[in-house]
Amino acid sequence: MSNNSDSAVGHAHHFTDMDQQREASTLGMWTFLVTEIMFFGGLFVAYALYRSMYPEAFAEASLRLNLLLGAINTGVLICSSLTMVLAVRDAQSGKVKGLVRYLIATIVLGSAFLVIKAFEYSHKIHEHLIPGSSFQFAGPFGQQAEMFFSLYFMMTGLHAIHMIIGIGVLSVLLYQAKRGRFTAEYYSPIDVAGLYWHFVDVVWIYLFPLLYLVSRH
Amino acid sequence: MSNTVHHSVVDRENDYIHAGYGLKSWLLTVDHKRIAILYLISITIFFFVGGFFAFLLRLELMTPAGDIVSAETYNKLFTMHGVVMIFFFLIPSIPAVLGNFLVPLMIGAKDLAFPKLNLMSWYVYNIGGIFALYALVNGGVDTGWTFYTPYSSTYSLSNVVPVVIGAFILGFSSILTALNFIVTIHKMRAPGLTWFKLPLFIWASYATSIITVLATPVIAITLCLLLFERLMGVGIFDPALGGDPILFQHLFWFYSHPAVYIMIIPSMGVISEVVTCFARKRIFGYKFMAYAIMAIAIFGFLVWGHHMFISGQSVYAGFVFSALSFMVAIPSAIKVFNWTATLYKGHIEFRTPILYAFGFIGLFTIGGLTGLFLASLATDVHLTDTYFVVAHFHYIMVGGAVMGYLGGIHFWWPKMTGRMYNEAWAKFSALILFVGFNLTFFPQFVLGYLGMPRRYYIYPDEFQVLNVLSTAGATILGLGYIIPMVYLLWSLRKEKNVGTNPWGATGLEWTTQSPPITHNFEKTPVVTGEPYVYQEEEKVVE
Repeated sequence: MSNNSDSAVGHAHHFTDMDQQREASTLGMWTFLVTEIMFFGGLFVAYALYRSMYPEAFAEASLRLNLLLGAINTGVLICSSLTMVLAVRDAQSGKVKGLVRYLIATIVLGSAFLVIKAFEYSHKIHEHLIPGSSFQFAGPFGQQAEMFFSLYFMMTGLHAIHMIIGIGVLSVLLYQAKRGRFTAEYYSPIDVAGLYWHFVDVVWIYLFPLLYLVSRH
Repeated sequence: MSNTVHHSVVDRENDYIHAGYGLKSWLLTVDHKRIAILYLISITIFFFVGGFFAFLLRLELMTPAGDIVSAETYNKLFTMHGVVMIFFFLIPSIPAVLGNFLVPLMIGAKDLAFPKLNLMSWYVYNIGGIFALYALVNGGVDTGWTFYTPYSSTYSLSNVVPVVIGAFILGFSSILTALNFIVTIHKMRAPGLTWFKLPLFIWASYATSIITVLATPVIAITLCLLLFERLMGVGIFDPALGGDPILFQHLFWFYSHPAVYIMIIPSMGVISEVVTCFARKRIFGYKFMAYAIMAIAIFGFLVWGHHMFISGQSVYAGFVFSALSFMVAIPSAIKVFNWTATLYKGHIEFRTPILYAFGFIGLFTIGGLTGLFLASLATDVHLTDTYFVVAHFHYIMVGGAVMGYLGGIHFWWPKMTGRMYNEAWAKFSALILFVGFNLTFFPQFVLGYLGMPRRYYIYPDEFQVLNVLSTAGATILGLGYIIPMVYLLWSLRKEKNVGTNPWGATGLEWTTQSPPITHNFEKTPVVTGEPYVYQEEEKVVE
């Protein structure tokens, strides 16, 4: 047995048993998610500050976002969280077929989210709402609306990067699942990838009302 | 490789250093002890790079006029000195070297929880370092290590982008190390090793890791925003575009104040180990020491506004931040009093590590008490951006953190290498460091109080005497850093000459051979007793 790889047949050399290894990887992922919360937190603080400084501009700029596409995307992500949970459940009970099926479903839903998001972004480009020299926004709040769109693109962009990473991770796991790497005893990669995926979904659950529903009480 | 090999006789060449030969066996290692050595090499290089800048700064300040560098070069020198010393030396110093080496050993584990992440963190560190070095040879950066906007985002013509990218990348290496420590300390302690039996160095590493995990991502996103602003003209911090530069300062100090505790808390852990060992007494108030270290970590998050008393934050915020800053003095004082109480009536053995501990306790006390001057709103207005501030934080970061780091290196050097250094040289250089340090930085308190501002390369004639004293001290200090380099490396030429426990210390790391085997222990240790059981001989004497 190699002395440093997590092997499907047993725990890695420096752990006492599988339980310790599983607990360690779960705690590791939770700790990582704490860092992610703080990472996004900086952007949320900036958002809170400028929204309280420029409430009218933020309300008006928010109207330019496509509520329908945003709502559809929210639904898509919630569904992907469901399929992720089902994938974890099947992994725990050692059902490789179900695991593969639900991983594919999660990847498809995640990709659908990104495709819809790409459509939204391209509309914004056509409407000259990309911050920078080409930015155009009629009315008294032009510069402040640009701040809104700066935050919009950075927050949703950072979220999209996390989605892409998530899809990449799930794709690797899918490949490994097909090759029979996971069993009812060894499934913690699926488990911790699931935690990450849910976290990214929860970020969107906050982004959607903050960005799309500002002016709608 | 099986992990249950039993040797009746310890093979002297069977240790982690001889576990593999050649560059590849080091560069691809997942052994926490080897990674600690890799970090030791990297941060030592950066320490001497940063020290070289400090030397040039002090040389320029010998005379009131600008002699050897221009104003622009001087700006770059103090910026690069700060960036290199803080991000590339002080923050990784104790956690990445001593922490990496000792955390698994002290808790009776075979390795950190995620050995590959640990190796990755070293590579991440070096990639960040390459960006910083690139900026250095490409002309440097002149924003100050604080990267304040809008100067850094809009006006500076220097290499802000590569340095900021370097600092951003470096942050992830700290995060990976901290994440590894948190999981390891939670999940991989030896049987019987409960939280209140842990050595205080472990408590310190744990507190530091919590701070790192909570604070570092904030500087990461802040530096991202700064890059967006500089590269794409997004106006988050630019008043001309409706942004607020004070927001940058809030986000920056939300990380960078806790970062001070990332530097000092591990040193406190080292000092606790050293003081109790060489006083031959149990640590005084063990639980309070543990609580105090956690309290410092928590309070550390609530005081960032004391860096901004004159930046335009509201007066009321100033009141609150001032009061909270005073509160940090309480757990800090608990630690100093408890170290002193541990030493009281101890049978103190004057070996090199405890000389560093004495240095730490004295210099940290001065640094801490002068911090109270700066936490007071009224005096801070007078002292902001003067040499008083420079002296204060060097007493904490050099007098405190670096003394602790060197004390720790001397204390665990026999464990890490199996060799004892030359005690006479080591004592001599500890003394030189203490004298050199005080001569360098004490005059700066006076200079600052008299009103000499920091970050200027020329100054009025009446400040010259104190500046010459400071430069003279810096020369001695530099010597004090070079001597240990020589005798520590020299000790490696000798045969292995120490046993398992040369200091007669408690702690699991002293129960395995020096240097340890790759899996640390022949057999997983079982812990039954309290930490620091040094009191036996004490009772006989009294």
